[in-house]
Amino acid sequence: MEKDIVNIGKSVVIKGELNGSEDLTIEGHVEGTIQLREHVLTIGPNGRIKAQVFAKSVIVLGEVTGNVTASDKVDIRDNGSVDGDIISPRVAIAEGAHFRGSVDMQRKGGAPAQPGAKPEAKASAPQPAPASQPQRVGA
Amino acid sequence: MGLLDRLAPRRPDAEPSPLPSAAVGDPVFATKALRKFLTALTANASPVLLDLGPVVGSNVSFFGEQLGCKIFVEDIFADLDRHIREKKLEQLPDFLKARFPQATGSVDGILCWDLIDYLDKASAQAVATELARVLRPEGALLGFFGTAQPPDLRYTKYIIVDEVNLKHRSYPAARGRQTVLLNRDIIRMFGGLRVSDSFLLKNNLREILFRKPA
Repeated sequence: MEKDIVNIGKSVVIKGELNGSEDLTIEGHVEGTIQLREHVLTIGPNGRIKAQVFAKSVIVLGEVTGNVTASDKVDIRDNGSVDGDIISPRVAIAEGAHFRGSVDMQRKGGAPAQPGAKPEAKASAPQPAPASQPQRVGA
Repeated sequence: MGLLDRLAPRRPDAEPSPLPSAAVGDPVFATKALRKFLTALTANASPVLLDLGPVVGSNVSFFGEQLGCKIFVEDIFADLDRHIREKKLEQLPDFLKARFPQATGSVDGILCWDLIDYLDKASAQAVATELARVLRPEGALLGFFGTAQPPDLRYTKYIIVDEVNLKHRSYPAARGRQTVLLNRDIIRMFGGLRVSDSFLLKNNLREILFRKPA
């Protein structure tokens, strides 16, 4: 079955709250809040977003200013730009993309990566290395 | 399960993070300190990481998948370039003193690539002092420092291949390395931290892993 994709064209300007239950591609300007919790939001190359974004997946080819939260993945493509914080379990940032902010990929429930593991510093208690101490040479 | 097995808990549903095609030809070198840095961070359930270099997508994916962490990307190289372009270099130390919005003791790990080499002494000290401030007790800072002064105006992006290998890729810079710091100068600069490990690599790069005393 073919999936419907809604487009917001280049000349369209939306200010306010944008909610939807289908995949959406934005080529215009949106300011406010965008919520597509179960669907894919694509910011096209002409899209300019100043909004808090919530979606299942977000693909950025245009510009986003604001925080982006995705339950699945955020993908900033070449020439895409995000100024804001990203919260998503998976994030891809292409070479040539612009990003300024933080990326939060914390696992659900905050389960430790190594339950029971001790920090190395406590285990080995390394001492400060004075300038005269010989160095290990690697590589 | 061994420590190193737990260091790489790749999730089955996660797509691999291929390096950008342009990175295929970039030179690879072995890193001794990255694995130790990762080990230090895995002590925390959801560590907070501060990366002072330009954003590298595959690095973000690597740390996210390995550590499930929160990463702040603060591209200080871009700030340096902007100050040079605007001929405001004398303002850089004061700018850097107020540059980091992170709360004191709120960051678990810091990636301070070879940034310090490109800064004047006052700016470098401002960065080092701020990094020591934001690092939490027992937190780790991985710093790279050059031991030679190449003549060209290039910065380096460090791209993580795996826990023991990095690629480096040059890109244009507004100015070159300012100085080659001696070991004792580096240790003095990061006075609030102690050296946990130090490695001198064959590619003229010194890797130093600092820890903040509890």
